[in-house]
Amino acid sequence: MLSFTKIKVLSIYLVIALGVFFASLNLKTNNLINKQVNLGLDLQGGSYILLEIDTKPLVNQKLQTKVIPIKKLLNKNAINFNDFTISLNNISFLIEKEEQKKFKNLFFKQQENLINSFIPEYNKFELDLKLSENKASIQFSDFGLVSLNNSALKQSIEIIRRRIDDVGTKEPTILQRGDKRILVELPGIDNPERIKELLGKTAQLTFRLVSKDDGFGSEKLILSENNEELIVSKRIVINGDNLIDAQPQFDNQSNQPLVRFNLDRLGAQKFGRITTDNVGSRLAIVLDNSVISAPNIREAITGGTGTISGGFSFQEATDLALLLRSGALPAPINIVEERTVGPDLGKDSIDAGIFSLIVGFILVIIFMFVKYRIFGLVSNISLIANLFMMVGILTILEATLTLPGIAGIILTVGMAVDSNVLIYERIKEELKTEKSIIHAFDTGYNKAKITVIDANVTTLIAAAILFIFGSGPVKGFAVTLGIGIVTTLFSAYFVARHLTSVIVLKDKEGKYFKLK
Amino acid sequence: MSNKINFSKFFNIANIISLLVVIISILFLFFKGLNYGVDFKGGTLLEIRIENKNIQIQDIRASLDIPELGDVNVKQFGVEGDFLIKFEKNANENEKFITDLKNDISKKINSAVNFRRVETVGPKVSRELLKQGITAIVLALGAMLFYIWIRFEWQFSLGAIIALIHDVVITLGIFSILSFEVNLSIVAAVLTIVGYSMNDTVVIFDRIRENLLKYSKIKTNEITDISVNETLSRTVITSLTTLLALFSIFILGGEILKGFSFAMILGVIIGTYSSIYVASPVLNYFKVTQKTLLKDDGI
Repeated sequence: MLSFTKIKVLSIYLVIALGVFFASLNLKTNNLINKQVNLGLDLQGGSYILLEIDTKPLVNQKLQTKVIPIKKLLNKNAINFNDFTISLNNISFLIEKEEQKKFKNLFFKQQENLINSFIPEYNKFELDLKLSENKASIQFSDFGLVSLNNSALKQSIEIIRRRIDDVGTKEPTILQRGDKRILVELPGIDNPERIKELLGKTAQLTFRLVSKDDGFGSEKLILSENNEELIVSKRIVINGDNLIDAQPQFDNQSNQPLVRFNLDRLGAQKFGRITTDNVGSRLAIVLDNSVISAPNIREAITGGTGTISGGFSFQEATDLALLLRSGALPAPINIVEERTVGPDLGKDSIDAGIFSLIVGFILVIIFMFVKYRIFGLVSNISLIANLFMMVGILTILEATLTLPGIAGIILTVGMAVDSNVLIYERIKEELKTEKSIIHAFDTGYNKAKITVIDANVTTLIAAAILFIFGSGPVKGFAVTLGIGIVTTLFSAYFVARHLTSVIVLKDKEGKYFKLK
Repeated sequence: MSNKINFSKFFNIANIISLLVVIISILFLFFKGLNYGVDFKGGTLLEIRIENKNIQIQDIRASLDIPELGDVNVKQFGVEGDFLIKFEKNANENEKFITDLKNDISKKINSAVNFRRVETVGPKVSRELLKQGITAIVLALGAMLFYIWIRFEWQFSLGAIIALIHDVVITLGIFSILSFEVNLSIVAAVLTIVGYSMNDTVVIFDRIRENLLKYSKIKTNEITDISVNETLSRTVITSLTTLLALFSIFILGGEILKGFSFAMILGVIIGTYSSIYVASPVLNYFKVTQKTLLKDDGI
């Protein structure tokens, strides 16, 4: 165990040199090799926001769109039906037994089926049909729900990305988490509340006419400016999809902030027609079930552009324009978890973390030197090499360093010496019976090997489980702990062993060390 | 090892004490329960720093007398002027909530308030996090059981796992008794304790196995005694260096790491004790001998 070939020695020190090199990349930015340890949100400040999409309203909304096509299909094929009803997630109607088969065939037609689309990736239809005595009941199939959910989630991620990019935060992370959640990480933002407001809004914009009579096909909504209750038609003139741009501006006359929007060709046509036909009526501009404003239509608007004013501040107008530009979310989104750390707390955490690392490190080094003298020194050198390799690997992986991650490094410092302690204690025992020092070292290293590996595997298992189940900062702890074990094994069995061999081979009498 | 300690003499008394402490811990966990933080209970945590150092904790409590917050808890956190506020309300329901609360507090106490940290966890996520935490700990225990079973014999595996459960239950029991907050970082600490205690046990077990193979005539309890003694200085030194590092985090690492490092300190002490006084006696009870090892060509 004490003999090292030249090439082996060279490799060992090359690995350490690489560790030092990569670790040093963190000292300044813009290196030739652009790799650095990332600071976690808890150290650099920022927000971690977990969003959950609520697809229930979407299911109902999609089902609504099926009503007219189904009725059309029934009428076109002269199928008699009765009691057509739609509930939250189900359409049902009465249909005679004899006609059920005919409807079923039409409903599950593979080609050109406008009602029940076939999902090739699952080899299943979007909708399910249940037939009983004289009744048909239609609802989304499990696969239909999955595909609806997935497309809504993908679309939401896209829209959220647009909104966040528009605000201009640096290096945001937007990821899908599971099948209903979106993780947003915003490093270094100073006002998460504004972003939260932007993320939480569905931003479903519709233009609808205010009607006079309260009846079927209209609903009561509140005008947010003055809490006036308005009766608004459910018929949508145009919606946010027709918008191609929206910008905040100041009104020329009143100097009030407002939002100017441009419509696409189709939207402009529709808007022109409605405003021509309804001069003198009020047009409600509805955002997520509340009326932003309801101006009188003074004249036909055919240019395809218009303005929304609603007593906004400039910030509000900016945000509304941003929301309209980025489009509406397909389904409502809720924040289910938020963690924000201010930049000054992050700074304090780094300072405290580094300080306790240095103190812990010095204490361990002094302890080892006092206890083992020259071999303590060997152990300390290998501990320093260990630290450099750890930081080097973190840099190569561009891992994220969190506050618990720093704790993991400190803990590694405390635990790393264990391997050397195990070996030295073993050698001491061997020296009691063994005359030759070289022999004692040799067997000591050999016998301790299994124990060292066993002992480290257990910690590695704990780190792996922590990595799989942990989230955010805790994951950072698992990373440093796990990497620390690997570098510890290397530094004990290669670095420290080589240094030890140099000393032992030079000092066969055992003058320099008395391991007792 | 010149002065040999007769550990096995104390095994019985130590086991009775351990059993009592475990029972007390379980009773506390069962009847008093753990003081879960927002991670596991849901709700909102705010860490604030107040410019005006004359503001007292009761001023902040008074400023938070808002019924909709639910149960409010305020405490001093680290340096003067830093406070930790916890309340039941999930601030995610309304995006403006935190901004409004911030303005409200600073108006009421008439001082600038700096929100250093905001954590809000909804009820669904907190339930999931708790479930994940428990799964992780159970899985870690299972993995250790499996590893020791493969590397040693089932008696060793059983001894190790009893020691681990002993450590985890007592650590959590102490958290229950002291009403210290249990959050995600405490779960991380418990998992690390499991790894550390296992590490300690494995070193002793390795030596017991080696000695069992070396001496066929000596009784099991003497073998454990010899082995514990032979590894004792390593056990003590490693615990000491680990504790040096942990105390450094506990004292200097800032408020956020206090709970974590406290749990780890407890765990290292209990884990070191249990390797000697819990894991090793189990081998005696099962009368593990050389035969046990040689039976299936145990490595």
